[in-house]
Amino acid sequence: MHKYVIKRILFLIPTIIGVTLIIYFVMNLTPGDPGRAILGTGVPQEAIDAYNHNLGYDLPFFQKFLNYLYNMFINHDFGISYVTKQSVFAEIWPRYIVTLKLAFIGVVISALLGIPLGIYSAVKQYSLMDTIPSLVSFFLAAVPTFVLGLVLLYFFSLKLNWLPSYGLESWKGYIMPALAISIPTAAQNFRFTKSSMLEAIRQDYVRTARAKGAPESAVIWKHVLKNALLPVITQIGMSLGMLLCGAVVAEQLFSVQGIGSLIVERITFKDEPIIIAGTILISICFTVVMLIVDIIYAFIDPRIRAKYTKARG
Amino acid sequence: MGEKDEKLILDIQDLNVIYKTDIETVSAVNGISLKIEKGKTLGLVGETGAGKTTTALSILRLLPQATGRILSGKICFDGEDLLTKSEDEMRAVRGNLISMVFQDPMSSLNPVYTVGQQIGEAIKLHNHDLSHEEVEGRIDEMLQLVGIMPSRKAEYPHQFSGGMKQRVVIAMALCCEPELLIADEPTTALDVTIQAQVLAMIRELRERLGTSMLMITHDLGIVAQICDEVSVMYAGKIVESGTVEDLFRGEKHHPYTVGLFNSIPNISSRATRLKPIPGLMPDPTNLPVGCEFAPRCEHCMEICKKEKPQVYSEGTHKFYCHLFDSENLKTGGSENESK
Amino acid sequence: MFKKNKVNAETLDGYVSQGKWKEIWRRYKKSKGAMIGLIMMAAMAAALILAPLFVSYESATTQDFSLMLATPSAEHIFGNDGYGRDIFARIIYGGRTSVAIALIATVTSCIVGSMLGAVAGYFGGRTDSLIMRSLDIFMSVPDILFTMAVVYALGANFVNLIVALTLAYFTNYVRLVRSEVLTLSEQDYVEASRAGGANGLRIILSHIIPNAVGVIIVNTTLNIAKIILYEATLSFLGLGMPAPQPEWGQMLSEAREYMRNTPHLMFFPAAAIIITACSVNLVGDGLRDALDPHLKS
Repeated sequence: MHKYVIKRILFLIPTIIGVTLIIYFVMNLTPGDPGRAILGTGVPQEAIDAYNHNLGYDLPFFQKFLNYLYNMFINHDFGISYVTKQSVFAEIWPRYIVTLKLAFIGVVISALLGIPLGIYSAVKQYSLMDTIPSLVSFFLAAVPTFVLGLVLLYFFSLKLNWLPSYGLESWKGYIMPALAISIPTAAQNFRFTKSSMLEAIRQDYVRTARAKGAPESAVIWKHVLKNALLPVITQIGMSLGMLLCGAVVAEQLFSVQGIGSLIVERITFKDEPIIIAGTILISICFTVVMLIVDIIYAFIDPRIRAKYTKARG
Repeated sequence: MGEKDEKLILDIQDLNVIYKTDIETVSAVNGISLKIEKGKTLGLVGETGAGKTTTALSILRLLPQATGRILSGKICFDGEDLLTKSEDEMRAVRGNLISMVFQDPMSSLNPVYTVGQQIGEAIKLHNHDLSHEEVEGRIDEMLQLVGIMPSRKAEYPHQFSGGMKQRVVIAMALCCEPELLIADEPTTALDVTIQAQVLAMIRELRERLGTSMLMITHDLGIVAQICDEVSVMYAGKIVESGTVEDLFRGEKHHPYTVGLFNSIPNISSRATRLKPIPGLMPDPTNLPVGCEFAPRCEHCMEICKKEKPQVYSEGTHKFYCHLFDSENLKTGGSENESK
Repeated sequence: MFKKNKVNAETLDGYVSQGKWKEIWRRYKKSKGAMIGLIMMAAMAAALILAPLFVSYESATTQDFSLMLATPSAEHIFGNDGYGRDIFARIIYGGRTSVAIALIATVTSCIVGSMLGAVAGYFGGRTDSLIMRSLDIFMSVPDILFTMAVVYALGANFVNLIVALTLAYFTNYVRLVRSEVLTLSEQDYVEASRAGGANGLRIILSHIIPNAVGVIIVNTTLNIAKIILYEATLSFLGLGMPAPQPEWGQMLSEAREYMRNTPHLMFFPAAAIIITACSVNLVGDGLRDALDPHLKS
């Protein structure tokens, strides 16, 4: 068992390197000029060139990349923002925490909303408890996060004035952005849980349980649920990806000072270091969470657990 | 009929079962009658689709809720009609008085619970007053009975082979010492050598516990080894029934039974080709007007196509076939043979 | 429901029979939702294709401040936006672009992803491991960030947007097609076909692809909706087609400023997005149910 955990943790490193490589590569497709960007327009070309040379900017791609990796892992140094001329890391870190908080709240809400409804909907299939959430979730699948956010903003902020339209000063500020990202993900969780339940209900071991004389409640809560919820665990981990994407949009919409809005803002200013660093940090977050989810899953599912412990035939 | 009734553990009378979907209605079981005496084993033989599993599920009232419907008939278990019982009462019967073993052991067990937990569940469902130790003791007992080491009860189903899994399923079915065990092709999904082992085990357990059994199979070899009485099923009807001697040594048979026997390779005969029954079973959504077997029957007569036969008896041996109508017996069924 | 065709042992052609598409259509028709979706999609397609006959591109882009924020009128049936441009025309032309981008991106991502998945599934072993591991790493980047990086790097125009969207969505297909190829190549009828003399390529073409097609079609249809939404999100963030090209997401971004007093600016693009996605999803769900009726009961 421990072998599996260690194996997965070790795989984290190539994953992070791979992610960094991909992003770094894409961003380097455009010619940039950090020297010019940082030092400004008034400075003579030689100074710019010297600065670029110091940064290692004129080195071949792979060397640049390895330098970047080294700085990233060892020095926590992601470079200097072209816009603020400050350390990228210092600027990003607090905003990263904000985004993480929002995403975490999103995971909790979307799981609490989507999963129980999905279970209930599968158990009471075709009844009202099924058709209403199904219709609603179908509709929500056609509504992108920003539209939902705009609607929330319009009603709760402008018209009813219950909630602030921007910022996170009070706890109230969290409500709309959290809802905007949670609701579409909750709909997805709902549909996934429901189909996982329905799939499990069709299995032969359910028939065996009934033939033993088990009451329907035990059949559902003991036999079906445990099997159906296993894939749901992985789904929640994956939903973090969707939530992080939603967070980028929601931050923009509700003027939340998170990493997403920072990236969007700096794109217009071509602030490469910020964009690269922000993307990498978010990807790392996602990767780590998926790792945790996979490990939890391996502990819970006896089939996988047995694969990595001594199995007897 | 008083005495005879007391000897019967199961008495199915004129059972009719359909599956109804939006598109069509499938007539799965069309008026069958079965009797099983206490302590005896009845073999229910037939091809896939004949209605055997549906019959078995109907006894325990485990038909799929959305589509299965028992139209009419009586299923008397130890004198009481199961079809009149409430769902709660049925639950007290399932696993306790009547148990069922299904065909595919690979999927019959829940993968996320240990074998011990699943057997334990069966015990606890019907024995509320047992202590934890007593339940565990019983689990160990059952495992030993089916030839599995009790130390394995903490293992999960995927850690067992197919044959072992089926033994677990049988242990689960017998742990409450039911009076009737319904086995739906319990060895079909297993290797031949394992089949023999499991079958031997079933026979031994039956003797030890005195369980009556309904053995559903398409394998005549199993029937010969383990059954006291046999009913042959075709397209939702019992076409022939009798004791095992009647079936294997009797002189007269329903044409379908003849076809079944001919389809088996016979080690002592010198024939070079198998003789399968031509054609396919009739579409259960669109059954023939007359005898269900008429389209494939070698001895088909005009009347077979128009009218359903009666059941004719010769002692314990019964036939559902116009050929056995006393008039036709005399003429040997030689009128207008046509397909 | 057996089709009683003569089965050619070598190619097993009999089972992939002619009646299959008619049967699928018959099942599709039974769902009211699916039919509604189809009608809605057809109506929208008609509107988007034929509209230039009635509405000109100029009205979508010409600014006219006398009409600024005008509510719907006879001449401008959806009203006018903050620059006085006709909203209806903007919706139509925005739709043409968005839908075109989405459709093309869907097809390209399908092709790229499916090919990759087929290669991974068919060759197995190291190729498979390499492809799947790389895919895992690739998928660790949340799509929107990756797309933003691509758009940033390449600039925002028609082709680049398609490239960016393809990169974001091809991963859906790789896993899907790979698992189809894996399960299908183990099926008994493929063995039977091999026993009958068919060679590898023929097996792939006549057995694996026809059976995988169904799943691919369903997924593709559902992905169209997702890509449309995604593209709208990009244009909302300012990463879509550059001005003056109208786009639904971008229209909503502008509408935000005027939300307080003139909500109709928001309403029409939002409705357009939602209705388009809904109708595509209805068709996609209908196709899925029609192709595999077992799932429903």
